[in-house]
Amino acid sequence: MSGLDPTETFRQEAQELLEQIEQGLLDLADRPGDRDLIDAVFRALHTLKGSGAMFGFDALAAFTHHCETAFDRVRRGEVAASAPLVAAVLAAQDHMRALAEGRPVAEGLDKALLADLQKAIEGDGPAPPTTPALKAFKIRFSLPADALVNGARPLPLLDELRELGEATVRVITDAVPPLGELVPTHCHLAWEVVLTTTHGRDAIDDVFIFVIDDMTLEVEDLTAPSEDAPVAEADPQEAVAPDVAANTPAAPGAGAEAGRAAKAGDTVRVPAERLDEMMDRVGELVIAQSRLKQLAASSSDVALRAVAEEIERLAAEMRDTMMIVRMVPIAQLFGRFRRLIHDLERDTGKRIELSTEGETTELDKTVIERLADPLIHLIRNAADHGLEGPEQRAAAGKPPVGRIMLAARQSGAEVVITITDDGRGIDRARVRAKAEENGLIAPGAVLGDQELLQLIFAPGFSTAAAITNLSGRGVGMDVVKKTIEGLRGAIDISSEPGQGSVVSLRIPLTLAIIDGLLVRVGASRYVIPLGAVEECVELSPAQDARSTGRSLITLRDELVPFIRLRDQFKTQSAPDPHQKIVVVATGQDRVGLVVDQILGDHQTVIKPLSSFHADVGAFSGATILGDGGVALILDIPAVVQMGQRHDAHLRAAG
Amino acid sequence: MSTLEALTFDLHGETFALEATLVREVLDLLPETEVPGAPAFVSAVINFRGRIIPLVDLRVAFDMPLAETTIDNRIVVIEHPLDGEPALIGLRADKVHEVTSITEDSTADVPRVGMRWRADFIRRLARRDGDLIVIPDLDQIFAARGQTASVTPFHPPQAR
Repeated sequence: MSGLDPTETFRQEAQELLEQIEQGLLDLADRPGDRDLIDAVFRALHTLKGSGAMFGFDALAAFTHHCETAFDRVRRGEVAASAPLVAAVLAAQDHMRALAEGRPVAEGLDKALLADLQKAIEGDGPAPPTTPALKAFKIRFSLPADALVNGARPLPLLDELRELGEATVRVITDAVPPLGELVPTHCHLAWEVVLTTTHGRDAIDDVFIFVIDDMTLEVEDLTAPSEDAPVAEADPQEAVAPDVAANTPAAPGAGAEAGRAAKAGDTVRVPAERLDEMMDRVGELVIAQSRLKQLAASSSDVALRAVAEEIERLAAEMRDTMMIVRMVPIAQLFGRFRRLIHDLERDTGKRIELSTEGETTELDKTVIERLADPLIHLIRNAADHGLEGPEQRAAAGKPPVGRIMLAARQSGAEVVITITDDGRGIDRARVRAKAEENGLIAPGAVLGDQELLQLIFAPGFSTAAAITNLSGRGVGMDVVKKTIEGLRGAIDISSEPGQGSVVSLRIPLTLAIIDGLLVRVGASRYVIPLGAVEECVELSPAQDARSTGRSLITLRDELVPFIRLRDQFKTQSAPDPHQKIVVVATGQDRVGLVVDQILGDHQTVIKPLSSFHADVGAFSGATILGDGGVALILDIPAVVQMGQRHDAHLRAAG
Repeated sequence: MSTLEALTFDLHGETFALEATLVREVLDLLPETEVPGAPAFVSAVINFRGRIIPLVDLRVAFDMPLAETTIDNRIVVIEHPLDGEPALIGLRADKVHEVTSITEDSTADVPRVGMRWRADFIRRLARRDGDLIVIPDLDQIFAARGQTASVTPFHPPQAR
């Protein structure tokens, strides 16, 4: 809850800037000549350097400075944004990220990276060493009185000006009040700098890029009249009325800043915990509202009833809005994979094209974060095992560039994310052989196609003949499956030999709410996730009596085993005379759960259980009911597993 | 000299003290939801202002028999780290008393003999009016999930 920690703020900003740089660089690889991209990358580097220095990240600032310098040459057209240069800056960018996050970095790494960078620049062939004519500027600037309090530091600004060329600095103390009135934390000074430089006006504006909004800046081009062509930047208006020029967004920098400011006005960055807190409050509101509703229902006061209904509507809307607030577009996640593909191309020597679709699809923020690792693994897998090498592709008559497509779309209360590749497809015979070898299936077992393909998600399964440094490391496919199931999602897989594979992840929109079936066992109430429920039937007294020996019912010619929740939960009270069976599906199994009463549908706001109850296992969370009571949410696969063990114990006990 | 502002409460005739800064609220008994399969130490959860929090019974950690509920029973809600995460936890109390000041010189280390309780579950013992107040070590108790088994009175002295 430390939204005000300046270091944290900087880290967040740095994160965004580095992402901009990375995206810009990757785009540059496709469109090397794009001025806007070059400018954008340069500007992000510059901002990173500046705010890094301001927040005391000196190593970062110093390192970034070199990259910025290199990119400045690109910007001025002295060197081209060649592939080696982009790669070098990308590598350097990783180093910056480590510095920004305060991670330890290998000694000498920075030197090596900078050497690479230097080589990339020079390797491009020395661009014509055009030494631009020297220009002289007279710069007067002052900062707002509270600038120091807000973290602006004039010294680095002056240093930066000095870096541009020969600078003479004079302090203007006119505005300093008498000692009695002086506020020591205020900035009363102004500066006048005469700068002789080869840089243009833009470079000066860039120096002040962070403080430009509030400060006064006057730049006078002393050489302007003598220049042969009246360059646009030495706009006469500026010379005549420097006061006006100060805040005129003449430089592209100021324009970009303005654009950013407008954007910042549209979005608010809020710590996730605050959203969680709000979610809790909304939950409480919903509970209080349903109590009010009960009260109103038993009252004959018409006005009270009207208000209760109004509150009910508002509370429901509030809850829906709250859900939307937590949603973020999946573009955030997809954006990260472009870099992954870049690295994969390098590591595998395959050419890969990543296309994405449906980036605007929105998902709960927590879900998005937890999806990152599984998706990385699936993409790696597609690149490493799915896509063939260039020769094999040519032999198969496929285009040399392998395609991986990431697509997301909403379908009801789920988001479907598909990872499609046009590689060799899954070799079913090899999957089967491998599974038999590992003892996952009995030799010659009859399996459906989907069952066979799902085997690749089994723990300890790997078809890679050789473990490459790509897919061999990190999480296995079984972890992918676990993570997805942890999100209450499911994985489907399909594959055409020679044509490629499609892995589909079906993920619920939000972790915070599920539809559930509320049931009662003894005095306790439980929620069964509605997604798992197939049907509800009555447990007839005859079946009940018989089932001391076997717990099976026949459901449309199919035998369905059932578990008595009251046994499993050691419920003390006597069972209801007409118990019900809720038939649930888990994986391939159908199992009946015997309950005392089915209370109905319940939209459930899921609350986690504390780690005290983490090892109880049978419950995935809890929820608060309309009357303020608590119902535990059943973790169906765990309940079924426990039921099987319970039965085994009973059999063993004989 | 440091003093400890502490909320005192009774469990099975013994007086316990908790740092007052930990305490969020003292509640009357409210409906509890039993968690089937959970140990007696944390057998239930409650709805505390829209949050579902575990209800801890310290009597289990101190080998005390569970008693009938009385009108004096309370739940003391504390904020205390649980496995590294800040958490709200409810503690059952037979009866809750006032907040008192416990001065450091009135407290003593846990003696190594004469204790039937697990020594590392107790941070300090305080003397008051010829009686004892137990200042429990919640970190240790929570980490051990209230299991009393592993310790004899000759347990090596704790680092603290």
